[in-house]
Formats: sequence, structure tokens, C-alpha cells
Amino acid sequence: MRMPLRLLAVLFCCLWTGLAQAQIAQEILQSNSALVEKASRTSIGPVIDALAASGDPSAAVILGAWAEKGLGLRKSDGRFVLIAAQGDAYALRDLQGNDLGSAPRSDITELRPNAGVRGLIATALVQFNLSDPDRAKRAAALDSIATDPAEAGLAPLRASIPAETDPVLLAQKQRLERLLTLRFDPDSAARVAAIESFGADLGLDLRGALNPLLATRRVALAAGEAPQGNIAQRLIPGKTIAEAEAYALLQDAGLAPARLTLEAQRAALLANVENGAVGGIPVAELNTQAARDRAYTALETAGNVPVATTEDEVATALAQHQFLEIYQEADPAVTTAAKAALSAISQQVGLMQTADLALDGLSLASIYFLAAIGLAITFGVMGVINMAHGEFITIGAYTGFVVQQWVPNYTASIVVALPLAFAVTFALGVAMERLVIRHLYKRPLETLLATFGISIALQQILKNVFGTQARPLTSPAWLDGAWVLNDVVSISYIRIAIFGLALLFLGFFLWLMKRTRLGLEVRAVTQNPTMAASMGINPDRINMLTFGIGSGIAGIAGVAIGLFAKVTSELGTDYIVQSFMTVVVGGVGNIWGALAGATMIGGLQKAIEWLNPSNTLAAQTYMILFIILFIQVRPRGIIALKGRAAGD
Amino acid sequence: MTDTRKSPSLFVFLAVLLGFTLLMTLLSEGYGSGHLSTSFIKTLGKTLCLCLAALAMDLIWGYAGILSLGHMAFFAIGGYMIGMWLMYARTREIVEAALSQGGLPATPQELEQGIASQIFGVVGASDLPAIWGFAYSFPLQMALVVLVPGLLALVFGWLAFRSRVTGVYLSILTQAMTLALALYLFQNDSGLRGNNGLSGLQNLPGLTDVGQDKLSMWFFWASALALGLAYLLMTWIVSGKFGSVIRAIRDDEARVRFLGYSVEGYKLFVFTLTAVIIALAGALYYPQAGIINPAELAPTASIYLAVWVAIGGRGRLYGAVIGAAVVSLLSSWFTGGRAPSIPLGFGTLDWVNWWQVLLGLTFVLVTLFAPKGLGGLFDTLAGLRSPNRRGAPLGPDQGALQEREALK
Repeated sequence: MRMPLRLLAVLFCCLWTGLAQAQIAQEILQSNSALVEKASRTSIGPVIDALAASGDPSAAVILGAWAEKGLGLRKSDGRFVLIAAQGDAYALRDLQGNDLGSAPRSDITELRPNAGVRGLIATALVQFNLSDPDRAKRAAALDSIATDPAEAGLAPLRASIPAETDPVLLAQKQRLERLLTLRFDPDSAARVAAIESFGADLGLDLRGALNPLLATRRVALAAGEAPQGNIAQRLIPGKTIAEAEAYALLQDAGLAPARLTLEAQRAALLANVENGAVGGIPVAELNTQAARDRAYTALETAGNVPVATTEDEVATALAQHQFLEIYQEADPAVTTAAKAALSAISQQVGLMQTADLALDGLSLASIYFLAAIGLAITFGVMGVINMAHGEFITIGAYTGFVVQQWVPNYTASIVVALPLAFAVTFALGVAMERLVIRHLYKRPLETLLATFGISIALQQILKNVFGTQARPLTSPAWLDGAWVLNDVVSISYIRIAIFGLALLFLGFFLWLMKRTRLGLEVRAVTQNPTMAASMGINPDRINMLTFGIGSGIAGIAGVAIGLFAKVTSELGTDYIVQSFMTVVVGGVGNIWGALAGATMIGGLQKAIEWLNPSNTLAAQTYMILFIILFIQVRPRGIIALKGRAAGD
Repeated sequence: MTDTRKSPSLFVFLAVLLGFTLLMTLLSEGYGSGHLSTSFIKTLGKTLCLCLAALAMDLIWGYAGILSLGHMAFFAIGGYMIGMWLMYARTREIVEAALSQGGLPATPQELEQGIASQIFGVVGASDLPAIWGFAYSFPLQMALVVLVPGLLALVFGWLAFRSRVTGVYLSILTQAMTLALALYLFQNDSGLRGNNGLSGLQNLPGLTDVGQDKLSMWFFWASALALGLAYLLMTWIVSGKFGSVIRAIRDDEARVRFLGYSVEGYKLFVFTLTAVIIALAGALYYPQAGIINPAELAPTASIYLAVWVAIGGRGRLYGAVIGAAVVSLLSSWFTGGRAPSIPLGFGTLDWVNWWQVLLGLTFVLVTLFAPKGLGGLFDTLAGLRSPNRRGAPLGPDQGALQEREALK
């Protein structure tokens, strides 16, 4: 590899200094014209390599033309020319690009390289593209090497680095060069150095390059035999390798006879039924494995069936052989370095995954918080159980959908939908409070059931109006995509937006309750309505407004949730139980409680999901079980109200 | 054993139930004139099971004041437990028949393997999970019908009541319990076939020759018998001293505690007993329904149970039965597409789509204006009236009966 590389470097130097070595390409083609004309993947390699290494500036053009059926052979003198179809004729140019006029089609043999040859040409062209003046072409060539790393890419890549002017591409080239070096360089020390140069780099490409180095295969050998190759580990049957698997290895290597499977035994017995009996045992009695074994043994003794391997023989065979895991990569220094690098990387990845998990948990927590914040007002502050809260969320989402039917600009439609959703659900909440809930204060169980009635009615109405299929609520383009920190940690913009929205509502709630006249009155009415009324506060009006605001916030939450969830009439139902749990776990009557509850539930669910990644359902199950147990320890939630506000 | 003066409804109820059962038998396809289709008999049988469940719900909510929104979970668990045996035994018959075609009689291992792959093929497994260990035996699996929900209720109730979770908090917690169970069962590796659930439960093993027309009647009789017995048991429970104590707990838990009663013990007993009764109802229901899947444990199913009791009138055993029967029969009538659509000027009112709306709104109206529910009509007929407490409910607790729904 080194020699052609130097040669190439020298040739390129010549090229850059302007000493064009014209005609070389032509000579190479002419002297191999038979090969070129009937090019095949197996034989054409040296010619293409020679062309690529010629240093002739026209080589790239020639190779490109060849691949695109733009190269022809002039029958009259057997010279190669560049051709371009022009009506019934070909426009001809010589290989340096000088015009040669045109010729009828019959005078020219068009070269049609097959797919294999085109592949070889493309590989050879990479080296030219890597140094092409057009930045886009260089980037594309880099990409093509990166997606399909091969030994052939290394030399041209190295050669192209010194002349690279674009800093971004230069960095990419250098990284790719190291990635290729660690896989394909013939020099072990260079490979180890390349591996170590990365340190605990998190790039997927690095892991993609390192993992194949550690690929292993399993082999079985006779006990005394000296193993060949780079041994990863010795396998002990029954411990590091299952006995059945070890025996299968022996079988595959032809070192042991096949085992008698139950199916084979059954077939053998069936084949030897005589007068309703097998080996002297009646067929009707062959309904246990023991009886079948006896029958088979009888057949064995009679010589009717091949002798089957017994358990003892299997054990002996396993004892007489050794089982090894051997790296595909022959160089132990490289595998050791790769192993060390991967373990350092996996440590780093673990750390990053924890960070990613924390972000995920946080974003889930803000979704729960958003869904629960309306409840924190209606249930937490007023003590009204509103089972239709989920439907208010759904209505908010559908409001967003309807607005998007009228306002085509997604950004504008969301800006319109948020206050509109608030208005719609505020109105619904006020109506519900006036018509139903007002009559049921102090009767929370009846409230629960009555609002459940409203919930099923609303859900069915939504289903009748909007149908059962999911409706799209499209987020603006600037919310698409994700904020990518590295290959492990990323978070989508929409989740960041929801986190921001949750914070905004937290602030709004605190401001409303602590800083406004309304909040003061709400707190007074919920703590002691009679006393509040005697101070001139109208409890009816306050209750109505409070309930309306709680419902309105549910509507806004619906728009936000609708942006990432499927908008169906059952959207809210998915959140209602979790929302109530959030409020209960956090502590009723306290916004910080809802926040703590949401954080705990969201974080916990993500943590459990991480322990058992394939199964989000199980995560939810265990999370709810945890909550039930948690209530045992803190029946009043994480943040419990004390004193008179607690209500007892 | 029961003081009939305290509960005159008992004889009336049992007589009506007996008369109804006889009438249906005479009209059935299997044993009578054939005026009623088998599927209708099945609907009636299932309704009787739901009435049984509502009866238990009335005991815990109407009498003990505990609004559990998770009791349908026990119903479904009972169904799952019996369903495991039904499915196992039935599959065993099929696998046995298939294997004996092969020339050799099946070995136990082959049989087990065949059954496992037959049952669990749909979720991509081929081994029988450990929880199916008793599925081969009818008595053991029947014991599980009682034991699994009973133990679950005992543990959950103990945890909840000892930490004094009451009122709406208990409702939310029980809802979380049933949601957790449902989510667990939805997984494919829960060992109960994930969201496929158990199916083919309408076929009783060993009774392939008996037609569904006869089987449906057998289950109908069993359901009616269970309902009658449960009504007897409930009447006995609520009319004795025990009944007085749980009613007192419903209305004023603190006072009962101060009088020296173990409130938690009483609540736990009622919670567990009702869970077991509901599980038995489920074990009778699902062989008639033929299929069970985790959707049956959805939190709303349990709320519907409370809705039936409320529409029937809580705190009256007959109210629960009437509520469950009326609402579930009306539901199947309306959603079955048999109710005539009402043509309006701008379109037609299709009951399949609007029944839920009607039900929800009716329910709100009943809660607001007729807390006695349908049972209240019978109270009025019998001349029973509400006490005069000047608008005050019977006690300070959330579950206490209101003045308007109580009886003197």
C-alpha cells in the first residue's frame, strides 16, 4: 500500500506544479484496449488503477465519461475518443477534450461498462472528487466513503488532506482518515494510535468502526489442539455457553454425531410399527417419554434404527473438546485497544444517557404538569373532582384542529388557538359549574359521578362531530426537529416548548393566586366560604371564575398536548388518571405539590422505562404501584398543607 | 335467619327473580318454545351477572360509603381465572385430538408443548407461563377465582385503609389500581396473551355435544341462582348489627371509631367480601361473553358500575339490581342498533351514536334531582319516605346519604 501511495503523492505534486503529463491516459487505454473494450469486474482493475494513478489531468474526465457511456472506440484507427450522442451521429473529442468533429454511429463502438465495472470506476473517481474544486463534490465523495468505508478509500483520502482548504471538510476528512486507519491500515501501531486518538468520543461512526473489530466467532476444537487466531475468551460449557449450544458447535464442526430429537424419535418409532406395537410395546402405551425411550432402545438393540447419542456421550464429547471465542480481527493489539476504547466510550455513553434520561423525564414531567395544572386549581384548590377535565383537554386540542382548518399558517394558527381554546373551555367550565357542580359542593363523590356523566356525554359528542380517526394538529415548522447535543443527548424543540409553557403556567398560577385580588378571594373562599362571604366576597362568583380558569388552562394544555399526541376523542382519557395521581401525590391545594408530583411521576416513569426499555406499559404499571405505596408513607402527598388551610 | 319485617323486599325480589327465570326458561330455545333467541338469553344471563356485581357495589358504596372505582378489576380477574381453565381444557382437547392423528398417543410433554404453542402462538411465545400452573385443574382454578381477587383486595384495602385514605382519594387510588392492572395485562409478556385476551370461553370442555342453546340456559340459571343467593346474603348482612355498623361508618366514620369499633377491620371485610362476590360474578359472566381482554379493566368500566348503582338508587339492594338491569339492557338495546332512529329536521338522531350522550346526561340529572334513583319509585309505592333532617345529610362524611336519598 505504501508504495503506490507515495507514487500517487508524487504524481499529484507533479500535477499541482503544472507539469501535466498529457497522453499518459491515452497510452494506458490504447495498450489495454482489448481489456477495456470487453471490460469485466475481475480483469479491469489494474487498468483503472493505472489510469487513476497516471497523474494525467484528463484521467478523471475519461473515467467519468467511461462510467456514463461517454467513451467510445473509433473503429477506423482503434483510438479511444470521448463521444456524445448528436442525432444519428456522435460528436467526437479526443481524450484531452479537443474537438474531433463528428462521426456516424456505425464508425464508433460505444463502451458499455457493466455495474461491477462502474462500481470500480466510481471508487477510482473518489480520489479525484476528493480534490475537486467544487466543495459539494468533495463533500459528496466524503459521504460516499463514510457510508461505505473500504480499504480503497484510505489512500486517496490521505492524499487529499494536505490540499483541503475548507476547515469543515478538513476536519471531516481527518476524522474519516483516522476511522479508516483504525480499520484498514496495515500497520498495527498506526491502528492502535488511531483508536487511542479518539479517546471517549461519542460519535456513532466511531462505534460503528470499532464494533466490527471486536466481532467474534465461536469454534470447537479437540482438547489438546493449539488454537489459531486472536482468542477473545475460552467458553466453559454450562457456564459461559449453554451445553446444547456447545454441542451444536461440535456437530457443525463434524466432531460429534447429531443428537436424537424428539421429532426424529417419534418418526423412527412410527416407521417401525409392527402389528400395533413398536419394539414389543403396544402403540397405545407410548404416551409417556419413558415408554418411547424403551421402545427406541428395543429398536436400537434389534438394529432397526441408528444408535442415538445418550446424555453421557454428550457430556463426554463436551469434556473432550475446548470451546473458544475468536476475534475476526487477527491483531491482538488492535482488539485490546478497541476493547479499551469501547469500554471508555460506553462509560461516557452511560453518563450521557443518564443526562438524556433526565431530559426525557423532565419533558414527561412537564407534560403531566401541564395536564394536571388545571386540576391543581379545580381539584387542588376548590376540592372539586372533575372527571370531565380530560374532555376539556380534548376540546382544547380539537379547538386547535378547527382553527388550523381556517388559518393555514401554522404559527398564526397556534397563536390564535391558544387563547381560543382557553375561551372555549373557560365557557364550558363556567356553564358546568353553574348548572351542575354548584349544587354538589360538599358532595365530592356525587360530583365525581356527575362529572363522569358529563365526561362520557362530551366524549361521545366529540366522537360524533369529529369522527373516530385521529385528527392532525400540526406544529409550526420552527418547532420541528430537535436540539442535538451529541449522538446520545437530544431533545425535540416541541418538548422544550412544552417545558417552557409549563414554566409559564407555573408563573401565571403563582401570580394569580399570590398577587391578584382574585387569587386572594379564591384562597379566602376555599378556606372558609362563610367568613369570606361576610367580608363581602361573593363566593358564587369566585367559585365560578376559579373553575372557569382551571378548565381554561386544561384547554390550553390540550393544544400543547395535541401538537405531539394523536388528537382523538379519547386523548384526555389517557391523561385523566395520571393527572389526578399527580395532584394527589404532590399534595392537594398547592401548586408546588403538583410540580413535585409531576416531576416525580415523570422522572420515575422514565427511570423504570430505562430499566426495562422495551416496555412502557410495564413502566406505567410499576409507577402506579409505586404511587399506591408512596401514599402509605405520605398520605397527604409530597408537599402537605399544614394548619387551617389543610381543612381539618 | 332474616327478619323479614326489616327487609320486606327480600321475598318480593326472590319471587320476581324466580318467576322471571321460569318465564325465560319457558320461552327459551333450549328448553322452551323458542321465542327468545340464544343470544338474547346470553344477554339476560350476562345482565344477571352485572346485577350481582352491582349488588356488591351497593354494599360497599351504598352501605359502607366507600366509592371504589376499581371493583370491575376484580370482575375481570374472576373472568381471567375461569377463562384460563376454560381455554386450557378446551385447547387440551383439541391438541389431544390433533396429536392422536399422528399415529402415536401424545406424551404429557408433547401435550403441554402443543397446548402452550396453541394458546401463546399469537403473542409469539411457546411456553406456558408459571401462572398457568393450575390451569389444568378446575377445582384449583375455581379456588383462584376467589383467592386472587380476595388477596388483592385484602392487600390493597389494608394498605389503603390503614393509612386512612378515604373519600375521593380512595376513589382515585382504586382507579389507579385498575389502570395499573389493565396496563400490566396489555403487555404481551404478562402471561395472559396481552391485548388478545382469552377467547373461545363459551365452549365448555367435555361438552362439545351440548349446544349453545342449552349451555346458555345453564349459565342463565347459575347466574340467577348466584344473584338470589347473593341477595339473601346481602340482606342478612345489612339487616343485622354488622349492617348498622357499616352504615354508621358511611355516615360518620370518626364517631364509630370513637365508639370503639375497628373501622378499618369492617371496611376491609366489606372491601374483600365484595371483591370476591364480584369476582364470582365475573367468573359467571365471561363464559357467556366468550371473550375477555384487558380493555375490560379500563377505569371507566368500574365507574359505570357506580353509575348503575346510582341510577338504581344507592343504599337499597333492589335499587342496585334495578339500576344495573335497566341501564345495561337499555345500553345493549340502543347500541345494538335496534332502537329506531329519530328523524329530525336537519338529520337523523342515530341512537348508536347518541345513546352515550343520553346516558351521561340522564346520569347527571339523576345525581342532581333524583338521588333515590329508580329504586326510589318503589319506595314511594311502598309508602317509604325520607326523614326530615332540615336538609342535613345523615352524617358529615363524604359517603353519607343525603337527606333526600335516605329512608326513614
